[in-house]
Amino acid sequence: MMMTDRELALKSIIYRRNILKYIIAAGAGHTGGSLSCIDILNVLYNDVFYNVKPDNFNSPDRDRYIQSKGHCVEALFVVLADRGFFPESDLETLCRYQSHYIGHPTKKVHGIEQNTGALGHGLPISVGTAIAAKLDKKDYRVFTLLGDGELPEGSNWEAALSAAHYKLDNLCAIIDNNKLQITGPNIEVCNIDPISNKFESFGWSVREVDGHDIKALRKVFASMPFEKDKPSLVIAHTTKGKGIDYMENNLKWHHGVPNVEEYKNAIAGLDMEMQRLTELQWQ
Amino acid sequence: MAIAENNGVKGRANQEVFSSVLQQLAEEDRNIIAVTSDSRGSGKLVGFGQKLPEQIVEVGIAEQNLVGVAAGLASTGKKVFAVSPACFLTARALEQIKNDVAYSDNPVKLIGISAGVSYGALGTTHHSLHDFAVLRAINNITIVAPADAFETEAAVRQALHHNQPLYLRFGKKALPLLTENPDIGFEFGKGRVIKKGKEVAIIANGETVHPALLAALKLEQEFGISVTVVSMHTIKPLDVDLLAQLAEESNAILTVEEHMINGGLGEACASFLLQKGYKKPFKIMGIPDEYTVTGSQIEIFKHYGISEDGIAIEVKKWFQLANEDQYYVDIK
Repeated sequence: MMMTDRELALKSIIYRRNILKYIIAAGAGHTGGSLSCIDILNVLYNDVFYNVKPDNFNSPDRDRYIQSKGHCVEALFVVLADRGFFPESDLETLCRYQSHYIGHPTKKVHGIEQNTGALGHGLPISVGTAIAAKLDKKDYRVFTLLGDGELPEGSNWEAALSAAHYKLDNLCAIIDNNKLQITGPNIEVCNIDPISNKFESFGWSVREVDGHDIKALRKVFASMPFEKDKPSLVIAHTTKGKGIDYMENNLKWHHGVPNVEEYKNAIAGLDMEMQRLTELQWQ
Repeated sequence: MAIAENNGVKGRANQEVFSSVLQQLAEEDRNIIAVTSDSRGSGKLVGFGQKLPEQIVEVGIAEQNLVGVAAGLASTGKKVFAVSPACFLTARALEQIKNDVAYSDNPVKLIGISAGVSYGALGTTHHSLHDFAVLRAINNITIVAPADAFETEAAVRQALHHNQPLYLRFGKKALPLLTENPDIGFEFGKGRVIKKGKEVAIIANGETVHPALLAALKLEQEFGISVTVVSMHTIKPLDVDLLAQLAEESNAILTVEEHMINGGLGEACASFLLQKGYKKPFKIMGIPDEYTVTGSQIEIFKHYGISEDGIAIEVKKWFQLANEDQYYVDIK
């Protein structure tokens, strides 16, 4: 059954809480980036994806999701657990000896399409998968989530050319545009702006959206393909560390792990946000 | 002996055999897709593209994308042959091979064309003398370098049913058939004994098996040295049973390859034999760690002793060392 915007927004709070919980249990994780992309994953898995279910994940007609920014796997894990791909308690083994739940996505975890982690790999694989859908005249769509920091990888631009060349309007790339990478702001490390003009000039159809606005995210994905015969790009403007006030836009939390006191503060903030959302009048 | 009859007769280049067999298979199986990086000319796939335009995906000169796209296609069940010059495929796109193909277990058939020093005087940028070494260090990929038209055809046909990552390496030199003995079959992971001998074993692969066989015949005829010649087409997984048998039966072993001595077939054999306790006179012939000499493929081969005469000289030297029992004191 279709979830309301309010239900999805409340889910995001739970997801954020779980991201922190399991990063603390593991003693490692990409905290800031997981928090910046979690609303996107929430909307994709709970509203957008067609036929992505634990009981028939082998269906050839399922939508495909390939997470190019593999290091933010904690966000993906908590969503997959919530969607029933595996028991949430599995995540207690995150980054432990012999666990399948490691710091990047692997197909050994039910629900994951491709092993990723090295950057600049998700888009080429997605292009190949989308070409296969066209060749087979199938309706499934291919989604890939990229970090803004991985855009300087040249393979992305090779794939961007092919996507337009093959008119892959069944392909949607999403950029988690949180504007920070491990060294500092993207514009200081290697300026990739303006992203939209670059992709448009490559032949893509581009939409920009607030990557934390559930309603706006639903709307933008519902309008895919943005243009016939063109691949779709969603530039999701996000905040690194979103939802935990002291983590937001703070480089320290790229892969920082909160201590007990910080964790308590974070949970208190999330509880307040949940209270606020519960009382809010939704349009 | 077939080789003698074929000597001087122009045969077929492995990559020509590859493309004609692939086209034949693709006409019967619409799930076969060739992915190319502006490489259909050198891969002899122009006809394939004209006849089967729906079954060829062109990405332009972009090898990283070539391999990523191939992985995506293969993940949906397509039988994907990603065709690109071996030099670019296995260096430029090595991370895609490692992660998107091998680690993700997408059963792409990576086809390295114009491999080794096939490009001759085009120089080091176009040589692939590193591919065995880098791919041997990657888990979950089979590495095969067929030696003639028979092996190439068999390899392409088996590749179709090989549901795991695979690297096939082809050159463009016309080669005669090594043998017409119908009892010597072809199977990935099983070396082919092209000629049986008693005293020295030469283990070669790809385009070096032919000169190794010529050398063996010469040694037998002119010096009475009985030489076994093996086409060890599969470098990984290595046919260790055959290797052990060769070590038991021979006084000396030589390996020959169109690859750096570092990390190739010879070192793979040496590693196995040493760890199993075989102490034999052992020589690796290949390209040494230096700026590769310039010239045509044949000239480069000759320069490094990969020729009928060059291999014969080495075999004779190591045969004598083994017989004089000087090996352990006189090793050079």
